[in-house]
Amino acid sequence: MSLAVHADKLSKVYPGPEPVTAVDGIDLEVPEGAIFGLLGPNGAGKTTTVGMCTTRVVPSSGRVTVTGLDVTEDPPMVRKRIGVVSQFNTLDRSCTVFDNVAFHCRYFGMGARPAKRRAGELLESFGLSDKASAMPETLSGGMAQRLLIVRAVAHYPELLFLDEPSAGLDPQSRIALWDVLLELHRSGTTIVLTTHYMEEADRLCQRIAIIDFGKILVCDTPEALKQQVSAETVVELKLQQPSEEVARPLRELPGVLRVELGDGVLRLFMRERDGLLPRVVEVAQPAGLRDISISEPTLETVFITLTGRALRE
Amino acid sequence: MNSPTSSAGSRAALYAASFWGIWLRDSHVLRASAFTFITRVLMQPLFFVFVFAYVFPKIGREVRASDDVGFATILTPGLVAFAVMFQGINLVAFPLVNEISATREIEDRVMAPLPTTALALEKLLFGAFQGLIAALIVFPLLYFVPVAEVEVHIESWPLLTAVLLLSTTTAGAAGLAIGTAMKPNQIPLVVSVITLPVIFLGCVFYPWQELAAVPWLQVVVLANPLVYVSEGLRAGLTPQLPHLLPWVSICALTIATAILGAIGVRGLRNRVLD
Repeated sequence: MSLAVHADKLSKVYPGPEPVTAVDGIDLEVPEGAIFGLLGPNGAGKTTTVGMCTTRVVPSSGRVTVTGLDVTEDPPMVRKRIGVVSQFNTLDRSCTVFDNVAFHCRYFGMGARPAKRRAGELLESFGLSDKASAMPETLSGGMAQRLLIVRAVAHYPELLFLDEPSAGLDPQSRIALWDVLLELHRSGTTIVLTTHYMEEADRLCQRIAIIDFGKILVCDTPEALKQQVSAETVVELKLQQPSEEVARPLRELPGVLRVELGDGVLRLFMRERDGLLPRVVEVAQPAGLRDISISEPTLETVFITLTGRALRE
Repeated sequence: MNSPTSSAGSRAALYAASFWGIWLRDSHVLRASAFTFITRVLMQPLFFVFVFAYVFPKIGREVRASDDVGFATILTPGLVAFAVMFQGINLVAFPLVNEISATREIEDRVMAPLPTTALALEKLLFGAFQGLIAALIVFPLLYFVPVAEVEVHIESWPLLTAVLLLSTTTAGAAGLAIGTAMKPNQIPLVVSVITLPVIFLGCVFYPWQELAAVPWLQVVVLANPLVYVSEGLRAGLTPQLPHLLPWVSICALTIATAILGAIGVRGLRNRVLD
């Protein structure tokens, strides 16, 4: 399996009176053709990592190759093979939507006619044709984000980096963005994205690296991550009279890890729920069971288990 | 596998194509904002020449040079120099400050497949190109507005061409250096601390030789690149006026382009690389 990104003991230390270690010796392997997520809270080192992969941040030590090229040795050639969507709206405000894409193609060496054709086709297939002659300031947040992605992939990059692509988007635009990314992935583009939204990582990524304080804590498929850290299914029972008497027999059921007594509820943490649920209902019934809700293990629980903290917004 | 020469060749072709794409973008933006560009280039020289060479003579306050040359003739090369230099600061540096810091629009060009140094050189050369256009649109104005006749004698076209080209590259380099060194909130400071002293001490309104009356000032102003633009253009356009030896101006402008260009290239690298 060839690697789209391979980082080896990659570090970035910002010098100063108190040097800041933004990235602390990480190893990273992004397989070709994957959607790979760097998940972590703000300030974890995600953006710096992407910056090093995209030739914008010079590593303090270690090495990173992108599509087999060392990023510090040949930045222009690396840039030719990658597309980058940064956290900011960097659209060229002096050019129309169409020219933003067409000039981008020219920067990557396309001739006048192929550049125009490519811009036209991309705007068409991403639903931006009717905005072709508009100026970028007039676009909504979701549309501007889509145009940034269109522009980033206009030169047929092998690998697309997106830094917090859904930050600041409304839920509808976020879902539209996911569709765009999945479509690009289907057409063969490797995607590396950073996010602090668990749901986004879970929905999109085949592999996820959880990063905090500049270190990668764990890297695997979302399913494996959830199992690996023994994340739990949480069953919440609303009872008329939740009490220790009801909790005790539930605690003794095989597969139940622990039971917490809350305000009007009993919370059961279980490794798996298959076959267990009917017995739980049976035991809880006499105590006046009113409602039952089940939460699957999430990356949020994984993150909390690993770091002892919730992801901060 | 490509042979080393052909891959070096295709690399050079890629860089050149990328450079040209960025140049086309800048030309497109310049064309789209032609009215603003022309207005900004013309207004200050227009008012200087209007007040000093039209209003003053009309109200009987004509400023005359010591050897009885019309002030309008002294002003002509000076204000061409001014126009060239000030589009460099106003129309290269200030937009660049915004593109780098505020809007980050430069991002897409930074990520183009060419070295950052080449991107900086594109900025410098496009600034020089704008400076040349500025010179060409300001000159007729300076020639026709004054009451008195402006005596332009071009003795050496190669000299004038060399001075004009080096003046525009100096302006482009100054724009790049200032544009990459400043943050948006420092723009008003640039106007007070750089623009004003450079204009008023740039031998725009008087030939350098006449500063002999204030010897310390005559020495101090030699640090100002605009002096060599003004004096070089005086040698090219109005050689009958006192002016610095042409080779002095040419050398000084070459050095100024090199130093300011190096500062600008470094500045851009520092701003876009972490």
